[in-house]
Amino acid sequence: MSRTYIFKHKHILGIDQFSAEDIFHILRTAQSFTEISNRSIKKVPTLRGKTIINLFFEPSTRTRLSFEIAAKRMSADTFNISASTSSATKGESLIDTARNLEAMNPDVIIMRHAFSGSPHLLKNHTTASIINAGDGTHEHPSQGLLDLLTVWQHKGQIEGLKVAIIGDISHSRVARSDIQGFTKLGARVCLAGPATFIPPKIEELGAEVCATPAEAVEDADVVMALRIQRERQNDSLIPSLREYATFFGINRQLLSRAKDDALVMHPGPINRGVEMSPDVADGPQSVILDQVANGVAVRMALFYLVMGGDKNSTGE
Amino acid sequence: MNKMQTLLLKGGRLIDPANNIDRENSDIWIIDGSIAAPPDAPPADTAIIDVTGKWITPGLIDMHVHLREPGEEYKETIASGAQAAAAGGFTGLACMPNTSPVNDCASMTRFIREQAALCDARVYPVGSISTASEGKKLAEFGEMKAAGAVALSDDGLPVLDSQLMRRALEYSASHAMLVISHAEESSLSRNGCMNEGAVSTRLGLKGIPAAAESIMVYREIALAELTGVPIHIAHVSTAESVALIRSAKERGVQVTAETAPHYFTLTDEAVLGYNTNAKMNPPLRSSRDREAIREALADATLDAVATDHAPHSILEKEVEFSTAANGIIGLETALPLTLALVKENIITPTRLVELLSSQPAAILGVPGGSLAHGAAADITVIDPDRIFTYTEESIVSTSKNSPFIGWNFEGKAVLTLLGGRITHNEI
Repeated sequence: MSRTYIFKHKHILGIDQFSAEDIFHILRTAQSFTEISNRSIKKVPTLRGKTIINLFFEPSTRTRLSFEIAAKRMSADTFNISASTSSATKGESLIDTARNLEAMNPDVIIMRHAFSGSPHLLKNHTTASIINAGDGTHEHPSQGLLDLLTVWQHKGQIEGLKVAIIGDISHSRVARSDIQGFTKLGARVCLAGPATFIPPKIEELGAEVCATPAEAVEDADVVMALRIQRERQNDSLIPSLREYATFFGINRQLLSRAKDDALVMHPGPINRGVEMSPDVADGPQSVILDQVANGVAVRMALFYLVMGGDKNSTGE
Repeated sequence: MNKMQTLLLKGGRLIDPANNIDRENSDIWIIDGSIAAPPDAPPADTAIIDVTGKWITPGLIDMHVHLREPGEEYKETIASGAQAAAAGGFTGLACMPNTSPVNDCASMTRFIREQAALCDARVYPVGSISTASEGKKLAEFGEMKAAGAVALSDDGLPVLDSQLMRRALEYSASHAMLVISHAEESSLSRNGCMNEGAVSTRLGLKGIPAAAESIMVYREIALAELTGVPIHIAHVSTAESVALIRSAKERGVQVTAETAPHYFTLTDEAVLGYNTNAKMNPPLRSSRDREAIREALADATLDAVATDHAPHSILEKEVEFSTAANGIIGLETALPLTLALVKENIITPTRLVELLSSQPAAILGVPGGSLAHGAAADITVIDPDRIFTYTEESIVSTSKNSPFIGWNFEGKAVLTLLGGRITHNEI
């Protein structure tokens, strides 16, 4: 990769769109930005005068804040639109919303939406770069990238690692981004969960499906739990959270099957005692807070790259 | 074209499976709007159209369309749908009752017949099985038939109550009306918006398993067997449905079935990119299903090709995939897509005419599907070699929701006659 590489993606819709080279480039760029957040003055002028809109049709605290901090640390002007205050509640269509935002000439629109594919629709009606902050059960690419960065920092490589992901794969946009990201970089991704949570033909995204959490976690380098949404027990997908915790929750006993230095991850927010026991979540192997910190660096990198940072590298 | 004129289609390949004819270099005489024997002394003003190198077939009949009138005239009207039909080579249409209001009574059926009277295609209303297609109580079959309805369906919705479906079949026999089933087990398909499989998993869209269709296809076959009354299965999309229908036919159950061109042309990969013009119900399936549909068209397990022409405007289609309406238009692409099967040697030209004309006519019990002397001159002339690109601008239908826009085709209808009147001509 010594030849001149130029990041050519205008939109960040999913990990699906990236090559391994793209992903490493984002990770290296993000790594170079991690230092900014540790300065006493946590701000660089790189995106001064740029307008970034956070367009959130679903409630979010952490992801939205992470994007906002990332934008502000790069001196962009940020604006937050949430579903409760936006025109979505007035019945304005997504395309009308896009056109109205377009008239105000934003550079980047960060979008979260309950329906898979919504950012793909939005991008056809705006000239701004679209960053998908989670669309339905499709993808959450910045989460996938921050997970990769976290593992890369701790393990020094991704290739050859065994990554166990336990939980509701079907309804998880994080899982779809992680599966594709880790497998593109040469890791083995092993999934486990109740069969009602394993979507059909998930193997075609590159993952392996294990019969039990124990099998998935055996000798793993990374053990990740996904959040269980409480309403799933009403859809007859699981009988109860209690039973889920007993058979699929990550506790110390299950974790002992993984490598001794295995990383424990969770995209948050955690249902403590359901998908992960508190002692594991807060234990020495947990890198959950590193994930949060890396989220800011990854999002700074994404802003930088979609705005052509590689091409006119006036730099920091 | 004046109806009283004499018209001669000269030198075409006559393909008329209802009369066991496939003959090169043939002529068709049309006198006073009907197909006629060659006159002893042709009138001096006989109009002659040279159709050398082209196929002369009975007018195509689409046994499954949605014309949206009354209620959603901004998507399509009976008149605009009939024009689109003529442009695609169709002379007859059976229109499903899921308009607003639903065609569930004689006055609605009569309204449709009246609106269709001067249009460019014969329109055969399908009445609903249940009032308002709510699946609760039988609609008035006899009165609808007297007003012109040719068949019964709650299409768009399945009849979930098996007892009601049994009664519908039994009662339909008293009025000799065909029941058409939209086969879908809704508890399995609920909230689904595409085929369940690798693509739905990749896109994070809720899938509809193939079993949602085949479970209900089996129920319909079982009810046809129980009652001894024929049933027709609409828009078959899966390999399992095909297998069930094949085995039912082998043991003599009176079941007929149709599929639509998109099911033998596309797979669920057409949805990639969240293309709402690839969203319909039943959904586009896997390549294995597509192969099974193609085989079933060739071996006569499937009896007809129908479009399920379902016009929608950008209001219903330029939205998030999960909220987009189901359905695509099909009248202007059905023939070229079916001709592609002929070019691939999957079906013969005769079989194509059976699937698109003679069998739909026979299944519905409507006139047409034959070039016999004395029949109304509903005729389609097909140029199997005409190359064209299907563009949005060329679409005659009011709606433009097609996944085939931009496709290059070989073969199309170049002349359509309805009772001897030219409704489409690009010969």
